[in-house]
Amino acid sequence: MSVEEGPVSLHDAPTRRLTMIEAINEALDIMLERDPDVVIFGEDVGYFGGVFRATAGLQAKYGKNRVFDTPINECGIVGVAVGMGAYGLRPVPEIQFADYIYPGFDQLVSEAARLRYRSAGEFIAPLTLRAPFGGGIFGGQTHSQSPEAIFTHVAGLKTVIPSTPHDAKGLLIAAIEDNDPVIFLEPKRIYNGPFDGYYEKPARPWSAHPASEVPEGYYAIPLGKARIVREGEALTVLAYGTMVHVAEAVLAEKGVDAEIIDLRTLVPIDVEAVEKSVQKTGKCLVIHEATRTSGFGGELVALVQERCFYSLEAPIERVTGFDTPYPHSLEWAYFPGPVRIGEAVDRLLAAG
Amino acid sequence: MARKPAKAGNRRGNLPPLSLHVPEPPYRPGDKVDYSHLPVSKAGAQPRPDETCEPAETHPLCLDLIRVLDEDHRALGPWDPKLDAETLRRMLRVMALTRAFDERMFRGQRQGKTSFYMKCTGEEACSIGAAFALADDDMVFPSYRQQGILIARGYPLVEMVNQIYSNRADRLKGRQLPVMYSSREHSFFTISGNLATQYPQAVGWAMASAIKGDTRIASGWLGEGSSAEGDFHAALTFAAVYNAPVVLNLVNNQYAISSYSGFAGSERTTFAARAIGYGIAGLRVDGNDALAVYAAVQWAANRARANAGPTLIEHFTYRAEAHSTSDDPGIYRSAHEREEWPLGDPVTRLKRHLIALGEWSLERHEAMDREVAEAVRVAAKEAEKNGILGQGLHHPFHTMFEDVYEELPWHLEEQAEQAIRERRIKWPEWEEGRKE
Repeated sequence: MSVEEGPVSLHDAPTRRLTMIEAINEALDIMLERDPDVVIFGEDVGYFGGVFRATAGLQAKYGKNRVFDTPINECGIVGVAVGMGAYGLRPVPEIQFADYIYPGFDQLVSEAARLRYRSAGEFIAPLTLRAPFGGGIFGGQTHSQSPEAIFTHVAGLKTVIPSTPHDAKGLLIAAIEDNDPVIFLEPKRIYNGPFDGYYEKPARPWSAHPASEVPEGYYAIPLGKARIVREGEALTVLAYGTMVHVAEAVLAEKGVDAEIIDLRTLVPIDVEAVEKSVQKTGKCLVIHEATRTSGFGGELVALVQERCFYSLEAPIERVTGFDTPYPHSLEWAYFPGPVRIGEAVDRLLAAG
Repeated sequence: MARKPAKAGNRRGNLPPLSLHVPEPPYRPGDKVDYSHLPVSKAGAQPRPDETCEPAETHPLCLDLIRVLDEDHRALGPWDPKLDAETLRRMLRVMALTRAFDERMFRGQRQGKTSFYMKCTGEEACSIGAAFALADDDMVFPSYRQQGILIARGYPLVEMVNQIYSNRADRLKGRQLPVMYSSREHSFFTISGNLATQYPQAVGWAMASAIKGDTRIASGWLGEGSSAEGDFHAALTFAAVYNAPVVLNLVNNQYAISSYSGFAGSERTTFAARAIGYGIAGLRVDGNDALAVYAAVQWAANRARANAGPTLIEHFTYRAEAHSTSDDPGIYRSAHEREEWPLGDPVTRLKRHLIALGEWSLERHEAMDREVAEAVRVAAKEAEKNGILGQGLHHPFHTMFEDVYEELPWHLEEQAEQAIRERRIKWPEWEEGRKE
């Protein structure tokens, strides 16, 4: 794993093994401590500590003025966050599930995303909106969606998705410190352990994964920088969130020397890392769990085609969820698992 | 597999068929207007509860109408704010100045100097009465018809015209539709142009002020039409839940473009009565009576500042002119409404009050009207030196890509290069940074 550039060298800080939830909780704790303008609010985040425990213990530590519950009204949650940002606070609202974000969408798209532009910098919305997203927990069609593409389509928003405890902490700290509105989507299937796509196998804990080594204290991972998960020559995989782990497992199983890139930030995307890799390997596989049509994969395919066409030795492959709502009982038939990814890898290897 | 079209189901016995009620305004173009059915409370007759009272004490006022100025131009009753004559004259001047500004900018749009304009004629008392009652550093989250607040707070007229003309001196860099001002310095939030979004934002600002133990309060503004938006419910819920120090103003000017207030629910109850359901304080005020508006907003501001919570204020008024330069009210409402409006004109009423007090005269008023018209003319001419919309003197080209993010990301850098290349192809002599 490459070393992050940042204000603190990670080599100096002692590490512990944390789950992604614990890492997120620690990032919030650190930012509440460091910056008195940080406030956290959302449905059930206060006394209870959040339905996924991301804010556990924070209200007790920082008080009800800094960490509090809200009415069930996402329009209100985002709307008051915009107003608080205008005042000078640095709000970190939680939307309980990304699937519930839509009532707050207008406040994000028409307000938060454009305040700086429309006021020529007089007012900004330095908010970080956290939301668990993605399937694989039998959440049915209202607790499983991956709506990242509707945010990447909006000028003025940044969209960030971590795939490990280590990155979740550093990226969340960077997102909170960022003066632009950041949509921070947390892949809830891997909150408590990495997931390789083989759902029949017993769940594994984060403690067995090297990226659960999380440095103590403050560190920020710059937004807009991808992580090379694995260097390789045969093909390039572009993925984020849960799918990074699934890709890793499938390619390891197939013994393919793939270069796997965890994008981490979708907007602004690390185009240099993408270009460099595809120019080297000549083949590209794009993976996401979200529905296919107009998904972020379409954007990735277009970018690679525009910028790396003459390096390509095969058509770019795109593996995604299907264009259906997320089905409850058939969720593993929907999920872009090892079989779907394996087929695409075989096609890529057979080509050229 | 075509679905069958919807059709009536089996009739249940002899029950009558259901019917849909679609509200219809009382008057359409050409209709004779009679407002005698409109309850107009007696000036001075409404009780004024203590500013920190239980919300329920205010609820009878949600169905009443707080009025101070009577038909003989006297100020009456417990809501009379007892302002000194000098303050009244200043208020009158800002109202007259706002009206003169609107007149000139409306003409400017008709002369092709800009794309769009919105007057607040007939509603000047709502914003200006409120501006006088609030502290200058209380944060305002306006809708698009509160130019009176900016003018009352001393925002330079020339800056307003620069914005309206989207010229090279426009502080908003020509990005916003005319009248969508922003001035952090004047505690005036950037106007969205989307409706009602500013209402929860005002509550959020007020919550932040309370979190920080500040003493400043927020005030939010919207029209009766957009009170139908979910944002209104979000704002009132959050304001109630957190006891936010905010004054929520709802300007009921009877119309949302062409749709009369019935489409926002006015056939059932008043808009102020929304406060009752949320358990917060509510007031309903004669929006054409500057003294009543001042008194109501002052009451609510003192209440918020005393940590006694939010207030919803319905300003009952009449939009005397078009919604904007883009619509013609003559094709959807009766022209007689304005002349028959039972609450009169706010400028005229304040003027007559000052005259009745012996503190003003018709001559002084005429002189003031000339003076404000001249101030507007000078500002407009000054602003025109910086350009008018579409005449080349717009903001430097590269600013189009700035402020989307704090720092320019690579994709916008690339797109900016593209835009500049297009320009060079179209105008080979063009150079960025040169006077355009």
